[in-house]
Amino acid sequence: MYPYILSEFIVERREDRCIRCRVCERQCANGVHLFDSELNRFFTTEKDCVGCQRCVMLCPADALYVRPRLADYRPNGSWTRDQMQNLKKQAATGGVVLTGSGNDKPYRVYWNHLTLNASQVTNPSIDPLREPMELQTFLGRKPDSLKIEFNGGKARLASEFPPNVPLRMPLLFSAMSLGAISYPAFKSLAMAAKEAGVLFNTGEGGLPVEMRGEYADHAIVQCASGRFGVDEDYLNCARIVEIKIGQGAKPGIGGHLPGEKVSDYIAQTRMIPRGTDALSPAPQHDIYSIEDLSMLIYALKEATDYSKPVSVKIAAVNNVAAIASGIVRAGADIVAIDGFRGGTGAAPLVTRDNVGIPIELALSAVDKRLRDEGIRNRCSVIAAGGIRSSADAIKAIALGDDAVYLATAPLVAMGCTLCHKCHTGKCNWGICTQDPFLTKRLNPELTSRRLSNLLRSWEHEIQEILGGMGVNAIESLRGNREHLRGLGLEEWELNVLGVKGAGE
Amino acid sequence: MNGFNVKFGYRDIFLEDVQPVHILYETRVKTAGCRAVIDARGLKHKELTDLLREAVRRGSSELVINHVFGQRYIGTRLYSPFKDEKICIEVNQFPGNDLGAFLNGHRITVQGNAQDGVGNTMDDGLIVVHGRAGDVTAMSMRGGQIFIRDNVGYRAAIHMKEYKDKVPVLTVGGTSQDFLGEYMAGGIVMLLGLNLQEDEPHRARYIGVGMHGGVIYLRGRLAEHQVGREVEICPPDERDREIIGRYVREYCRYFGGSPQEIINGRFQKLIPASLRPYGQIYAS
Amino acid sequence: MLVRQNYESERYVPDKEMDACGIFGVMNTEGVRFGGRMAIDAIKNMKVRGSGLGGGFAIYGLYPEYRDYYALHIIYQNSNLTAKEEVEAFLKKYFYMVFDEEIPTNPDIRLFASPLAWRYFVALQKSRAEEDLSDEEYVISKVMYLNSHIEDAYVLSSGKDMGVFKGVGFPEEIADYFMLDQLYQGYIWTVHSRFPTNTPGWWGGAHPLSILDWTVVHNGELSSYGANRRFLEMHNYYCTLYTDSEVLAYAVDLLMRRQGLPIEVAAKIFAPPMWDAVGRMDDGDKELYTALRMVYAPLLMNGPFTVIVAHHNEMIGLTDRIRLRPLTAGAKGELVFLSSEEAAIRAVCPDLERVWTPNGGEPVVVRLHTREHLQSLNKSI
Repeated sequence: MYPYILSEFIVERREDRCIRCRVCERQCANGVHLFDSELNRFFTTEKDCVGCQRCVMLCPADALYVRPRLADYRPNGSWTRDQMQNLKKQAATGGVVLTGSGNDKPYRVYWNHLTLNASQVTNPSIDPLREPMELQTFLGRKPDSLKIEFNGGKARLASEFPPNVPLRMPLLFSAMSLGAISYPAFKSLAMAAKEAGVLFNTGEGGLPVEMRGEYADHAIVQCASGRFGVDEDYLNCARIVEIKIGQGAKPGIGGHLPGEKVSDYIAQTRMIPRGTDALSPAPQHDIYSIEDLSMLIYALKEATDYSKPVSVKIAAVNNVAAIASGIVRAGADIVAIDGFRGGTGAAPLVTRDNVGIPIELALSAVDKRLRDEGIRNRCSVIAAGGIRSSADAIKAIALGDDAVYLATAPLVAMGCTLCHKCHTGKCNWGICTQDPFLTKRLNPELTSRRLSNLLRSWEHEIQEILGGMGVNAIESLRGNREHLRGLGLEEWELNVLGVKGAGE
Repeated sequence: MNGFNVKFGYRDIFLEDVQPVHILYETRVKTAGCRAVIDARGLKHKELTDLLREAVRRGSSELVINHVFGQRYIGTRLYSPFKDEKICIEVNQFPGNDLGAFLNGHRITVQGNAQDGVGNTMDDGLIVVHGRAGDVTAMSMRGGQIFIRDNVGYRAAIHMKEYKDKVPVLTVGGTSQDFLGEYMAGGIVMLLGLNLQEDEPHRARYIGVGMHGGVIYLRGRLAEHQVGREVEICPPDERDREIIGRYVREYCRYFGGSPQEIINGRFQKLIPASLRPYGQIYAS
Repeated sequence: MLVRQNYESERYVPDKEMDACGIFGVMNTEGVRFGGRMAIDAIKNMKVRGSGLGGGFAIYGLYPEYRDYYALHIIYQNSNLTAKEEVEAFLKKYFYMVFDEEIPTNPDIRLFASPLAWRYFVALQKSRAEEDLSDEEYVISKVMYLNSHIEDAYVLSSGKDMGVFKGVGFPEEIADYFMLDQLYQGYIWTVHSRFPTNTPGWWGGAHPLSILDWTVVHNGELSSYGANRRFLEMHNYYCTLYTDSEVLAYAVDLLMRRQGLPIEVAAKIFAPPMWDAVGRMDDGDKELYTALRMVYAPLLMNGPFTVIVAHHNEMIGLTDRIRLRPLTAGAKGELVFLSSEEAAIRAVCPDLERVWTPNGGEPVVVRLHTREHLQSLNKSI
């Protein structure tokens, strides 16, 4: 690490419990624990500790404690420890401070200020365990009306229907590329998506050919600015093609997979030489404007013979509603909006923590704008970026969302402890790394089961809440802000959300 | 602002009023053996690509498209996971943007100028343009070859990339506008400068900014400030000469001219100074 | 248009509209007038660049029989006749009205919320107090007044021997509606097809935007909009349409008409050379470009744009300095074309003699009775 920086964690070893089994030493990719067998004691390099808790959890004797070392500097409300440590890093390197995962600054989380409704007396709540409770969701464009023909008194659909993709529940795994995350993590997501009847998103790192047979039917493939691994086979194998314009954690900037993460396998799926930086430019250079976006949307529809919905993913930014309207008019079937608490494998800290707006406000604004313009049916809306629980998902749906993208939540289900060091490639949990010694810690069979469990429990919880509201189909909640109330919000916030205050 | 509060209709610019392909096929396509001649005058983008697909479905493997005025995506929709047969397409003039986008091995010849996005994310095949091409030619191209007789616009070969033996090639007979080979990650670009006067330098600036793979062979003069910091300029060696010779000869085969005369010109080789141009700009 | 609106806080200033588009212009450099077929067919050829939410035409050499009078094209939304009476009372007070009539439209073409459109040919009737005001400033101030004070009335254009026809629809529909091809001739036609990311829903918001005989059609989104707008407000231009193009129109008016800078210089203000390029210039140029940048920095148009500016005798095409939006120029004989796509020019003039793509930030200046546009050809490739 750099000079003049205090360690972020205190690593404490209770010598009376430690059995010198050296598990901690083997588990730590950061080299915090070092055993000296001659002296029969551990040396601890505290300042390399990232607080991922891997050693703590795997210690068979419960001998380890890792806890945050709170600011030892003189307390200062303005010059916080983070601010100062960053200055020191910059002074040491002249570089852009990198970070991983999502924005951790204490911005208002609107989910925490929205409450849900339930039926009392005037309409009955429904028991979801025994009564039917439908979460089936379709992603894609819906026509304005249908033409029905009658043939011998029998009604028959006469209009062509645009491509739509069914989901068993309104949950999706958000884009995490192979390269950003490890192969076992990537595969676990694919397996769980298949098992649960939902979709996973390949991100822009391509989809390994050998996975296509089994999992392509549950894949959303991305065409992003780097165009890594994009060819017609790739586009045609999946259910949905997504154009990635932006990401909530880093709106307006591109990606950068450092050369050391580009292993043979990554090189092959991305179709670039091993060891070179995989740079995703900030814009897609064939899209400098809305009519250019339209051009790429239809290029992808052409490449897939109009058989798949095309999604456009943007970061939630200032004019998100107007942008979304343009995207729909440009021909997109799905608009995915990624809020500023969304995660990332690596992003400049200054961007992650300062650019963009919260998903709750962005989603409401988009839903309202599209309804005002009479084109809400023309697309599905997917919210992403900071959906932490089934409650957040339900609230998103009540704000007009069709389905939610999950990324940080499934990573936590895999073992992630949000240490925010994804960009170092030394993930002790085997998730955000390409080091084979670390990735083998993740077994797709077991991990995918954890992910399926996660989805199943959210499914149950959503059903519980729906039942409580007295509705038995997710459609009845979609955009139904009557089932939301705001708490502790200012007038303008309630206006943007389109939600009444509690008691109103 | 409008005081109307009237909901706005949605106009589907691509798909509105597209005529059924079987009707168009009767009137617009003439076939002789495996050759189909298509009259594209006034057709919408999708009407033309519908026709191309239909013609191939009915067994044509040589498509001649006449009276093209700006129709996009020619060649893009001829993907078939089952068919290996590659189609030859002749475009009689003025194709629209994204000519051969995602192209999957087919061959396209254009008897005139092409617009922006020629060979966008092209995977394999051949595009020959008897004229000039617009901006972002060969963007993100990953395989196959493109030959442009005259100039190209801004950002040609941007983010071109290669993998093992899959090396895309862009050969430009004329010169280019700014940002040639930006982010270039692989592949070969030949810029021959044939339409420049003796001693007239190329004018493009920001050549190869962010380049971290591939090679640009540039014939003619160039000042150092025209290339990005990430680029190293060096003379071509024996192996380079061989590559240059190969594509110059091919260029002359399509467009005429004397290969030897071109090869004898002054070539410079532009390669990335590092595979990791941005390795040092981060602090973690 | 040029109205001061005092918002309590900038928080209440409406968001600008963002749009992107197809644009086309054609000029006969000998001043020979011709019909609208080329402009209409060319923009139709680029249909997918618009979304049917706005289209319009500017025509120069439109009213030779009234060439000495200001031609006011005025629309009345909701066919508001009270507004019309008010406007006409106002016009009678400040102008001599030479002739007026309803702008003929084709009743078979149905468009969204089509307003009543009227044209007035007027001469100035200055009061003693306003005698010192130049004719142009006088007209502008009156047009400003109409646009800001009379509900439902909006002046589309106010120059001599020219006019703007625009509305909500695809440009070819607007052309059919106003029967441009049958009824009018001009020596410059510029046309715009709009793809807004906001709902416009009204006819005044379409392009071209116009002050006096200046018109602007524009493609792109200015990332610098807020900075440009605040600077122009300081010079008494108040942006009420909240579109990028409005900012461009005022900037052109400020620099070229009021400050008398030639387009060659104005272009370098909108799209200045990069500092590293300035560093390689000779001392005179270095001084000039540094000064321009320092003084007019708030008018740097940042972000993607292509614009076609026209006024009498001149049509100018310009893109941003790293050419993020397309512009192709073509010429055959005395006809010079500017277009978003080459194929659109080819569709109306297949046998072009010259076709070229100007460099970013290098204007294509097409001037009456000159071959000025070839300078751009020589500078580009």
